[in-house]
Amino acid sequence: MRKTHQRRVIIGFLAAPVLLYTVFVASPYVQAFYIALTDWRGLSAEIGLIGLGNFTELFGDPVFWQALRNNLLLLVTLPIVTIGVGLFLAFMLNAAGGPRSGEIRGVRGAKFYRVVYFFPYVLSIAIIGVLWKNIYNPINGLLNGALRAVGLEEVQPSWLGDERLAFWAVLAVLVWNGIGFYVVLFTAGIKAIPASLLEAAVLDGASRTQVFFRITIPLIWENIRTAAVYLGIAALDAFAVVQIMTGGGPNDSTQVGSFYLYQNAFSYGRFGYASAMGVVLFVVTLALSAFTLRATRKERIEF
Amino acid sequence: MATATQARVSRRDATGRGRPRSGRGGGPTIAVAQAFLVLWAVISILPLLWAVASSLKSDPEIVADPWSLPGSLRWENFARAWETASIGTYFGNTVLVVGGGVVLTLLLSAMAAYVLARFEFRLRSALYYFFIAGMTFPVFMALVPLFFVVQNLGLGNSLTGLVLVYTAYSLPFSVFFLVAFFRTLPEEIAEAAKLDGCGEAAIFFKIMLPMAKPGLISVGIFNFIGQWNQYLIPLVLVNDDSKFVLAQGLANLAVEQGYAGDRSGLFAGLTIAMAPILIVYALLQGRVQAGMTAGALK
Repeated sequence: MRKTHQRRVIIGFLAAPVLLYTVFVASPYVQAFYIALTDWRGLSAEIGLIGLGNFTELFGDPVFWQALRNNLLLLVTLPIVTIGVGLFLAFMLNAAGGPRSGEIRGVRGAKFYRVVYFFPYVLSIAIIGVLWKNIYNPINGLLNGALRAVGLEEVQPSWLGDERLAFWAVLAVLVWNGIGFYVVLFTAGIKAIPASLLEAAVLDGASRTQVFFRITIPLIWENIRTAAVYLGIAALDAFAVVQIMTGGGPNDSTQVGSFYLYQNAFSYGRFGYASAMGVVLFVVTLALSAFTLRATRKERIEF
Repeated sequence: MATATQARVSRRDATGRGRPRSGRGGGPTIAVAQAFLVLWAVISILPLLWAVASSLKSDPEIVADPWSLPGSLRWENFARAWETASIGTYFGNTVLVVGGGVVLTLLLSAMAAYVLARFEFRLRSALYYFFIAGMTFPVFMALVPLFFVVQNLGLGNSLTGLVLVYTAYSLPFSVFFLVAFFRTLPEEIAEAAKLDGCGEAAIFFKIMLPMAKPGLISVGIFNFIGQWNQYLIPLVLVNDDSKFVLAQGLANLAVEQGYAGDRSGLFAGLTIAMAPILIVYALLQGRVQAGMTAGALK
């Protein structure tokens, strides 16, 4: 009696969420694998199975390779720059004053800075794309305006229109967008370090740099790992910024997998080909997450 | 989370009072540190202030000097963006979709998480991993099939479709977070209510949900911001511009405005789009930070 009642509750509570999730999330991921094996263009009812044809074509597609190269470059640069700057700022905010009387002293106004740094992170990435496209505008954007204001009328890069600069301009926007989140993440880690540990280090004559590299970083390693995985996922995406700011150009210098997939599906109607790309990116993401987690594994330090 | 907040509060008390030296001095290193901190604060906020300042300028002013302040405050840019550029419509659509999406997400994820956290049954851990597997992969990988699933259900170009899809993609994190939260709640109260003859549904809605309020607030804020900022999903699922959401409508406007040249209207639109989320954040900063980093700090 009690058992059947309980079963009714379990089914009743789970039915709607499981159904919704299966239809809109799980089933598309599964279907992607099947569509990837077809030459489907969406309009025709007939779907031709072409086996691995899409994958063969994909591996011979120079634009796809360029996109992957850019994703990989983002995958290296985005975490390094973001974690580097984020750690530096978090350390300065929280521990730069050094420990005194059992307290980790932050600088004055630490809370204010954390609030301000977080502003870009709460905005929609699409809105950020529109905003920065205007900032990079070579004629009446904020950046070239600043260069003119300090007398550099000669130096007026076209930023997103310059093949050598566009990628770095995109990277800068992604860093600007994310820093605040990682400052908060690292702050949480630093605050959890017992002040007595830092105090002991300072008494033993450790400099700030030593405290940072020998104590802070090892003790918040878990947070740094989390950051690396999150940033890796962001680097493999980068869709909105690329779509809005550069459209993958100039000359594919900012092309990324997500945007090339979108173009193939919704501009060229090549659904099979786009799905094959999705499958490849899916495998790459899985492999890289597993690799990151393994490569950064360390003994967890309990304190 | 409660203990973390407490620790922070007590620490602030300790530093705030009776120790005049705290936060001052420290020599040149601190001065350099402060300079960097100020520099990044300026970098964070200047682009946003620039958008707001430009939204109050005239087009010739914007073109003449991007660094100038508005000669007079041209509020008509906002009226033009709201009416002519349809920002008002997009705003309304966003409110509807995000309102529906957040409420439905909270309800469904709480129901699923409650059962997964507190009942023993055969498929329990399989279902739990089934849900959280969805956190690992970016949406764009399933973009093509998702588009056709939604079309085939007759939900293309509809706000209802967006609500359902937003909710479905919000479930993995929300379920993951709430399962952990429900596990921390004490058994005894629910047991006592059961002995008093309370049904399971009543226990859930009258006892467990109110007890889970802090967790629901965190998940609610996380999803509010995530869904408000959603871009890729509406871009793919909605192409009728009377159904656009804010981020999508604005990006579209930026492309059109490139030809039409109404830059001040575009900046007004940008300001309107940024304002609600920045206001929510300014009012609830601590909670927003906690909500948005909740997943990473588990």
